[in-house]
Amino acid sequence: MGVEILVLTLIVFTLIAALLAVEARDLLSSVISLGAAGFALSVIDLLVGAPDLAITQVVVEVIALVLLIRVVVTRRDTSTSAPRDALRTGAVLLACGVFLAAVLFAVGGFSKTGTMPPFGEPVLSGKAAVEPGVSADYLANAATDTAKGTGAANAVTAVLLDYRAYDTLGEATVIFVSIIGAYAILRRVGRTRGGELGKGPTGHA
Amino acid sequence: MKQAGMTLIVKNTAKLVGGFIAVFGVYVALTGHLGPGGGFAGGVILAAAAVLIVLAFGREFASRVITERICHVSDSCGAMLFAAIALLGYLAGTFFVNFAPLGRLGHLASAGTIPISNLAILVKVGAGLAGAFLALSAFRPAKPNQEV
Repeated sequence: MGVEILVLTLIVFTLIAALLAVEARDLLSSVISLGAAGFALSVIDLLVGAPDLAITQVVVEVIALVLLIRVVVTRRDTSTSAPRDALRTGAVLLACGVFLAAVLFAVGGFSKTGTMPPFGEPVLSGKAAVEPGVSADYLANAATDTAKGTGAANAVTAVLLDYRAYDTLGEATVIFVSIIGAYAILRRVGRTRGGELGKGPTGHA
Repeated sequence: MKQAGMTLIVKNTAKLVGGFIAVFGVYVALTGHLGPGGGFAGGVILAAAAVLIVLAFGREFASRVITERICHVSDSCGAMLFAAIALLGYLAGTFFVNFAPLGRLGHLASAGTIPISNLAILVKVGAGLAGAFLALSAFRPAKPNQEV
């Protein structure tokens, strides 16, 4: 019970920090609020027993914070945004969320033939679906060195890189393509038609 | 001549901890099949070491050690290695089959292709993020009176 109260407190903190990040006038305070939300989320991961996710979250958060602060400090953005009503924005967002949740549960949660599985019973767990799910198999076999297992002591890595490695390949492709896109946008030195390095379209370099 | 980078305190601290951060990133990736961690987290830690070097010593010094070309080439090599592991699964049947011997549970050389995949993702993510940070800092034309 103590852990749940701590997690709920951290969730409320994360929500407040996220709202502050959206509503802050100053870009630097917005970035810092975003970092606070991310760190609180990583603490939640740690408390509910997901150390793999917590490590990744905290490390990515540090890098993103450094990058964003560097960009914000370098840019010296002096533009002022129009004043907005924070209370009205929050009320509208809350109403949208409640409506969406109500629709989802009305469609799937209360009907056995619906497309959505009942709340708390994901499809892979096998409780809701007709055929037994695969996640019980994964949990039983992942951390063994039998023929059905992977030999990895960490079950999360076994699922990520053996059973569901195709998903990880897609994730790696997303990162690869986005970094290529960042290079293409950020470079100032363009190539002319002849192939030698020349001045880019922006006239720098 | 103007001093590049940050102050002497930051430079010395970065000299002390930079190598340890990089080694810890490699450790997290290589023991990803034994404990919490994995290639993605290790790669981001490795990129954090590169970011520390760039921020502490200035981009002129850092561009002699970590060039954009190295970042591009290792990024692509990591992606190719991961795809090659996926395709080598055809040796044992289909796409992404764990073809290497599984070894003993809990040992470093176990779990077949999983440590190699972690290594590929480490190189890919580390080089990619470091390259993206270099692109953000080094491709920008330097202003004369700006501390990085």
